Amino acid sequence: MSESAIEFKDVSLRFISQDGQATVALRNFNMSVAKGEFIAIVGPTGCGKSTTLNMITGLLKPTVGEVSIMGQKVSGIDPRIGFVFQADAVFPWRNVLDNVAAGPMFRGMDKKEARELAQGWIARVGLGKFGKHYPHQLSGGMRKRVALAQTFINKPEILLMDEPFSALDMQTRTLMQDELLQLWSESGGSVVFVTHDIEEAIALADRVFVLSARPARLKQVYEIDLPRPRVMAEVRYDPRFIELSKHIWNDLRDEAVLQ
Amino acid sequence: MTDMALPAALSDENLARESEIAHAHIRRRRWMIISLRFAVLIVALILWEVAARKKWIDPFFYAQPSAIWDQLVDWTQNGTSQGSLWRQVQVTLEETVIGFLIGAVAGVFCGIVLGRNKLLSDIFSLYIQIANSIPRVVLGSIFVIALGLGMASKVALAVVMVFFVVFNNAFQGVREADKYLIANAQILGASPRQLTTAVVIPSAMSWILASLHVSFGFALVGAVVGEFLGAKEGIGLLISTAQGAFNAAGVFAAMIVLAVVALAADFLLTRLEKRMLKWRPAAF
Repeated sequence: MSESAIEFKDVSLRFISQDGQATVALRNFNMSVAKGEFIAIVGPTGCGKSTTLNMITGLLKPTVGEVSIMGQKVSGIDPRIGFVFQADAVFPWRNVLDNVAAGPMFRGMDKKEARELAQGWIARVGLGKFGKHYPHQLSGGMRKRVALAQTFINKPEILLMDEPFSALDMQTRTLMQDELLQLWSESGGSVVFVTHDIEEAIALADRVFVLSARPARLKQVYEIDLPRPRVMAEVRYDPRFIELSKHIWNDLRDEAVLQ
Repeated sequence: MTDMALPAALSDENLARESEIAHAHIRRRRWMIISLRFAVLIVALILWEVAARKKWIDPFFYAQPSAIWDQLVDWTQNGTSQGSLWRQVQVTLEETVIGFLIGAVAGVFCGIVLGRNKLLSDIFSLYIQIANSIPRVVLGSIFVIALGLGMASKVALAVVMVFFVVFNNAFQGVREADKYLIANAQILGASPRQLTTAVVIPSAMSWILASLHVSFGFALVGAVVGEFLGAKEGIGLLISTAQGAFNAAGVFAAMIVLAVVALAADFLLTRLEKRMLKWRPAAF
């Protein structure tokens, strides 16, 4: 299968902490993400959801097994990857425009050209008038928009998201989810979205991967056959949505009891 | 709902009038603070002067404001025993600024290099801690022996005084650089060099600038102490000459000159800091 954008082949990870303790974080994990596919990973807290993302970026290396993207084994940070963090990771000393222009500038684009490109992306995420603002002058939701523009400007073929909206309030989160789906449908890239919010996972993804408690292994995969385009405010009342969320809740409840 | 008339108390004119009143209140309070501060100074000076004249304290040891003022006037008009007052200020300031610049640049450079390199920092941090705990002014004696009575020994002492403060802050600032910001920059495509210039240095900047503030004062201490220990010119020498002649008013007068220099420098550094850190929220 050379079509898959991301491929985990029987991956296990032994993790050695700062004080020298070895623990198993991930066990015999298999996953394949097709090009253009949106998948979500859910699991109990601390089970190693973020670990999978770090292995895709190459920041962590699997102890056993192989992680490959676009058919090539991961070695170092791949320029085709974009990453949106849970924490605020926009640069506080750069204004919005320069924050969004950061990626192209790091990659050697001319400053003026990068800024022009950035201006377009700022407008796309609805911050056209805020180019000269510094991050501390923006709300949490606006900073997340900056982070999205900053990531999408690099045209990532693989977009990794680590609980990106978990710090936002319910209303802002819903808006950002719509925004994300919009940007994703225009980009055609693959997304791996880690979250602890089951409803968010179902609403966004084509497939939801449920992980078990630590040492994490793949417990279940759900195909989310809800039609696209989806509207966040409506999809959660769809009977199929409710049924899926019940199933996944059950899976996770078992894990919580096991812990 | 939307058609409901706005209560008169919330009309534009009314709001404008109320904020006018609030502004006036804020202004009044600011003036009151300034005049009270001034009053405290005046009262303290008058008490001192009266106490000295009534011989509650001995003006020979503790001087008195009028004598200090006379001394300052005498210095500015007739010059000091070592030449004009401006020349003394200039010499001390020169030593301070040169020492400050060398110490600050070296401190920032070493702080960033060690902060970015785990191995180097693990090896050297112990020695830097040891060096930091030595009272560094005693090195002044070594510098006077080794570098003579000229400017070099004072500059060297000022450098040593400044270096460790700036180094420590730069090092700390680099180590505290947010790991998410670093990861984000790496994924966005930053090379190791871009990572240092675009993420690590800016995020350490607030630490570094804070240390520059403190360390200019240290540079001044270094220069003055260096002059105490042996010099041909400078405010430090002025103080030690006054001390040798039991001229308490002279010591105080020199102190005031130093204070003015230090305050002016502090003002300029605050301006610089504000300019460079305009991205920070005001509450900081």
